[in-house]
Amino acid sequence: MAELVYDKNGRLLFTEEMKKEYTLLMPQMLPVHFGMMARLLENEGYKVETLNTSGKSIVDAGQKYVHNDTCYPALLVIGQLIDAVQSGKYDPHKVALLITQTGGGCRASNYIHLLRKALKKAGLEFVPVVSVNLSGLEKNPGFKLTLPFIRKAVFAMMYGDIIVQTSNQVRPYEVEPGQTDRTIQQVEDRLLDGMKQGKGLSYKQMCENFKWIVQAFKDIPVQGEPKVRVGVVGEIYIKYSPLGNNNLEQFLLSEGAEPVVPGLTDFIIFKIYNRDVDVDLYGGLWLKQKLCRIGEDYVKKCQRAMIAAMEAGGFRAPGTFDDLHRLIKGYLGDGNKMGEGWLLTAEMLELIHSGTPNIVCTQPFGCLPNHIVGKGMIRKLKDDYPWSNVVAIDYDPGATKINQENRIKLMLANARALAKDEAAREAAAGHTGEGEKIPTFAGPSHRSV
Amino acid sequence: MSLRIGIDIGSTTVKVVVLDEQNKLLFRSYERHYSKTRERACETLRSIEDRFRGQDVKLVITGSAGLGVAKASGIDFVQEVYATAAAVREYYPDTDAVIELGGEDAKIIFFGGALEERMNGSCAGGTGAFIDQMATLMNVDVGELDKLSLKHEKIYPIASRCGVFAKSDIQPILNQGGRKEDVAASIFQAVVDQTVAGLTQGRELKGKIVFLGGPLHFLYGLRERFVETLHLDGEHAIFPEDGDCFAGIGAALCAGEYKVRPFEEFLKLLEESVDAKTTVDTMPPLFTDKEDYAAFLSRHNAKHPPKADIAAYSGPAWLGIDAGSTTTKMTLITADGGLLYTYYHSNQGNPVAIVLEQLKEIYKLCGSRIEIKGAAVTGYGEDLIKNAFGCDLGLVETVAHYKAAAHYDPDVDFIIDIGGQDMKCFKIRNGAVDSIMLNEACSSGCGSFIETFAKALGYDIASFSKLGLFSPHPVNLGSRCTVFMNSSVKQAQKDGASVEDISAGLSISIVKNAVYKVIRAASADDLGRHIVVQGGTFLNDAVLRAFEQELGRDVTRPTIAGLMGAFGAALSARDLHLEKSALLDAAALERFTHSAKPVTCNLCTNHCSLTVNQFDGGRRFISGNRCSRPLGKEKVEMPDLMHFKYKKLRAMEGMGEGDGSRGKIGIPFGLNMYENLPFWYTFFTKLNFEVVLSPESSRKLYLKGQRTIPSDTVCYPAKLLHGHVEALVEAGVDAIWYPCMSYNNDEGIGDNHYNCPVVAYYPELLAANVPDLKQTRFLDPYVGLWRHKDFIKRISALMEREFSIPKKETRAAARAAYEAYEVYVDVVRETGKEYIQYARTHDLPIIVMCGRPYHIDPEIDHGINDLVTSFGFVLVTEDALSYLEGYAPRKVLNQWTFQSRMYNAARYVCTQDDMQVIQLVSFGCGTDAITTDEMRDILEDGGKLYTQLKIDDISNLGAVKIRVRSLIAAIEARKAQDKGPTA
Repeated sequence: MAELVYDKNGRLLFTEEMKKEYTLLMPQMLPVHFGMMARLLENEGYKVETLNTSGKSIVDAGQKYVHNDTCYPALLVIGQLIDAVQSGKYDPHKVALLITQTGGGCRASNYIHLLRKALKKAGLEFVPVVSVNLSGLEKNPGFKLTLPFIRKAVFAMMYGDIIVQTSNQVRPYEVEPGQTDRTIQQVEDRLLDGMKQGKGLSYKQMCENFKWIVQAFKDIPVQGEPKVRVGVVGEIYIKYSPLGNNNLEQFLLSEGAEPVVPGLTDFIIFKIYNRDVDVDLYGGLWLKQKLCRIGEDYVKKCQRAMIAAMEAGGFRAPGTFDDLHRLIKGYLGDGNKMGEGWLLTAEMLELIHSGTPNIVCTQPFGCLPNHIVGKGMIRKLKDDYPWSNVVAIDYDPGATKINQENRIKLMLANARALAKDEAAREAAAGHTGEGEKIPTFAGPSHRSV
Repeated sequence: MSLRIGIDIGSTTVKVVVLDEQNKLLFRSYERHYSKTRERACETLRSIEDRFRGQDVKLVITGSAGLGVAKASGIDFVQEVYATAAAVREYYPDTDAVIELGGEDAKIIFFGGALEERMNGSCAGGTGAFIDQMATLMNVDVGELDKLSLKHEKIYPIASRCGVFAKSDIQPILNQGGRKEDVAASIFQAVVDQTVAGLTQGRELKGKIVFLGGPLHFLYGLRERFVETLHLDGEHAIFPEDGDCFAGIGAALCAGEYKVRPFEEFLKLLEESVDAKTTVDTMPPLFTDKEDYAAFLSRHNAKHPPKADIAAYSGPAWLGIDAGSTTTKMTLITADGGLLYTYYHSNQGNPVAIVLEQLKEIYKLCGSRIEIKGAAVTGYGEDLIKNAFGCDLGLVETVAHYKAAAHYDPDVDFIIDIGGQDMKCFKIRNGAVDSIMLNEACSSGCGSFIETFAKALGYDIASFSKLGLFSPHPVNLGSRCTVFMNSSVKQAQKDGASVEDISAGLSISIVKNAVYKVIRAASADDLGRHIVVQGGTFLNDAVLRAFEQELGRDVTRPTIAGLMGAFGAALSARDLHLEKSALLDAAALERFTHSAKPVTCNLCTNHCSLTVNQFDGGRRFISGNRCSRPLGKEKVEMPDLMHFKYKKLRAMEGMGEGDGSRGKIGIPFGLNMYENLPFWYTFFTKLNFEVVLSPESSRKLYLKGQRTIPSDTVCYPAKLLHGHVEALVEAGVDAIWYPCMSYNNDEGIGDNHYNCPVVAYYPELLAANVPDLKQTRFLDPYVGLWRHKDFIKRISALMEREFSIPKKETRAAARAAYEAYEVYVDVVRETGKEYIQYARTHDLPIIVMCGRPYHIDPEIDHGINDLVTSFGFVLVTEDALSYLEGYAPRKVLNQWTFQSRMYNAARYVCTQDDMQVIQLVSFGCGTDAITTDEMRDILEDGGKLYTQLKIDDISNLGAVKIRVRSLIAAIEARKAQDKGPTA
């Protein structure tokens, strides 16, 4: 059994020996992305498992071991990890926990510490916690993020984004229920098989892969009238994780809407860009800035390739990071970086500009940055875009699904009325020119069935 | 065209409306459903079956509880706000806004331009259910509450966020003798404030407003508050005749788009759906069978006091009174703790009358055989009762409860008391109170909470809780505050849970709330081995059982669990060993009179709401005061660094050494400006600007900007900023300076030096939400002060761009500003040293108030510092000590400058015998969810007590007093103990 080694501050380290013996448990957020990330780590020689657990015991564990005023994602992520360790499925002495750390000014940077406190409370302080971050925080001898690995991780994220974004446009219209999800499985398997053989992990190969991925979703037979599109933005965990948002996407689908969920790529660029712009705003090393820009540019290049592939396949593609950045002028400054920062508002703007003015803005109850960048900007959006239809929904262990769904239903009723008005206006005045920059296909009609 | 029927199923009522082809109302009903939604709707339809049988109708369901019914029955559903808007458009086409209050919903719909709709979020009271709760609290029905309110003379500020907050505001007012009429009107005002603050979110309520929903339909006092607050006249305030069922009418109007069916078919669909049950999240039962319960009962009933008979006993006796928040408890004991007389009753908002009546009764029973040799009082109404009846001793609840618990179990190491309103838990270590946990105002899932639910469901509390004992499947309702619980119950009802299951679920949720939210325990061992439970709520067997189940161990519940406070007080009275009690005698009671009058104290900016109690013979008692000035005594000036800093900062306005020739620059006096003002003041006066500070914070200033607050869950210090910037615009400044600051100064004591997201970016929120700011120049650039050279470079470019100021001049001003800031920091530290020296010379204890710089704002801290110093403490702040410790790794990411100071100050306090910490926490402060646990760890590891005071827009000094006095008692107990072994 691996020896427990501590650093000079008493932090339990993840050793090389542990790398061989231990299973790394990862909380779930974005099933497609995280699934691929896990496989990449396995290729690096780690034993990894993404937790797909759900249910009451997770929230219970969270409430038991985490300060209840802490934000809901912390409660769920930590609850999910501890619940897994205590589940009896694993040998608690043979697992380590993987958690991301962004290092921003928001409470989220403290998740890892809250996790350790929770482990101690649960009598599990012998379980090592491994921080995944790009800020050089908390190093571990048995877990290193090498540059080649980070590059691969970027590819995995791009694949995740293109799969999610294209499939989201097909699923509401699929003729055969479940076909889209089956296709996702097939696409993922093919990508992962390739990755195992080292394929698909260069820019060129990624572009090749994009083509057949898009084609795979394009080939799914679709039918029906265009549905009301509803954008989903918000605090990153609640926005993506079905566990966090009470299966929001599923609910929107069941209400006859088409969910539009902006991808993860912009968030990654955003986090790098924050470091870049900090140098402009406050001073700092130009070399640091230079390095950030190289990283930024590389991911931006990948993003452009993804957009091109989606457009070529006749899909509605998201705007680039720079497009989003342009939209935010007059709303928030470049320095607004905690949590999702200005990106959240920019995503709402982009949705409005691309013909999806109906938006669910999700956040954990009492989310600090979202006071400003979420709820705080809705008024101005409404002033500038009177037809925008944004509903802010809070999530926490006490909030009931019925209240949340009722509020979303109100937004949908509003959306349908707006769509009707819009149709009437268009019929009267000819075509309106809003959102011309980004192609605004409505529903499946753009693809041959 | 056919008849159209709308059924509005709300959280508490069902409304059925039938419209004919001309939109004429053929039938309407409004009935409470007591959680039997489907049954109620069916019954109403059946009652009109004769009239409409055979007709083709269109039927649509709406309402917050209607969705489930609609789904189960396959009938179409329309969202209720949407339905309401449809009805308003039909009948009042020129409406600008609708305000609709329902059982648990509050809505505003804005017309004119694009339709905008707002509903209350997951944290919101201020609705019908809230009014019901408040009426219950005051022991009147809602109609009486309404009548009372119309006779009000003054309005008390009452927290409008949620019922729990309001309760803790109202209770002290009632206990201190405030008029019911005024409280009633204040409750309605709270609802109005909640609606206006929570839902307008930056859009002004003006023009023609239609008021809808049950409460606004029936309650004239509530109408009056709305009309007055919004300055409406008869033409602009519309109260439709059928305002209580407008959503139903709207649903009927919307029905036009849906399917036609014969009336009976709809009725059949509904009836069939009654049996459809969906799954509910359930938990194991409390008791499996009767034997189980019997064994449980006999175990607990073993702990009882010795028998004593007041009719036969003669000799000395001692009286204990617990004037609690909702109930008054009294005990008369013999020397060995035998109970001669007990009393436990709801105080009905008037504890004085109850105690008077009971005292008379006791004297009658005592005759000449029994002499009362001492009387002590504890609880919320302590001061009032003590002064009214001349009790010998007043003691803080925590001490009384410990005294009582130790009587039954001398080894007790953990006490939990759940009363009607508050929950107290504390550990006992080495015979002294070691750490006190009181429920925060947001989580009082206490006794009165179950009672309110019981009443809402049509039961009395005793039979309601009994129902849950043998429930096979208690509903899991979570463990959060009342407002959330309301919705959880609503959902469970919707899913078809029985009253039994809900009753058991509520009992379990109270326990979970106590264990996880208040005590924050991970396991039973966290609490202790000898746990004594008390308080009226534990007399409820379901709660007690749930508690034992949750902890997995047996606990002690004395049979007098509900009287323990009074019992402890009586024991304390006994231990005074008095020859004669000062308690009013029987003759004096005959002359006793009492009246209470509310007044506002104008002796300082706190403007305390005082209650002046007049007793017979000219005796007077004033409550609600923070300091001794309204009592006619000179305010004792104890060294108080919060005062010192505040005065120092407030003086930083005007032209300083400059000539003001560049115009007036406005600086909002809030949030991080409490730290950065010395810098900006010097910076701008050096550049010949005149610095104009926004006025001192006040509730009025808050209300001024309230309508532009977009997020009602943000902290109060941030909310105040809206009023501050509006006042600056009004003051006619040339520009307002309020920069965004992601980073704070780097003091080298943390892992990073951020501001919290709210402090960092609030200027941008103001720019987007305060319309008045469009009238002025609002400068909110991103700046970072910690890199001096970089800052100077960037600020000089900015000042050149904005004001054409030569860079050289700005550079000099910035350098001077850095120096001025250093001077300010030094002065604070030096003054802190002086105060500590003063304390040591005069042998006074020191409180280190740990919070944010802006917590020194009297409107934010509500004068807590005055209260603390009035107890004889010298007060210093965290920033006067934080520099005395260096960097040390923490168990949390120590990344915020202000918060890092608290950790360091706490570490320093651990090295000083005469210091204790009080941490101030603003409600809604996300970063304090992290700091509070860490502060507790630091202090408890260092052998110190941990005291936390949560503060919000409303001042509730009663709760603060309990904590501060408990702290004092704990300090004294520790001192006595330290002396003990050597003596």
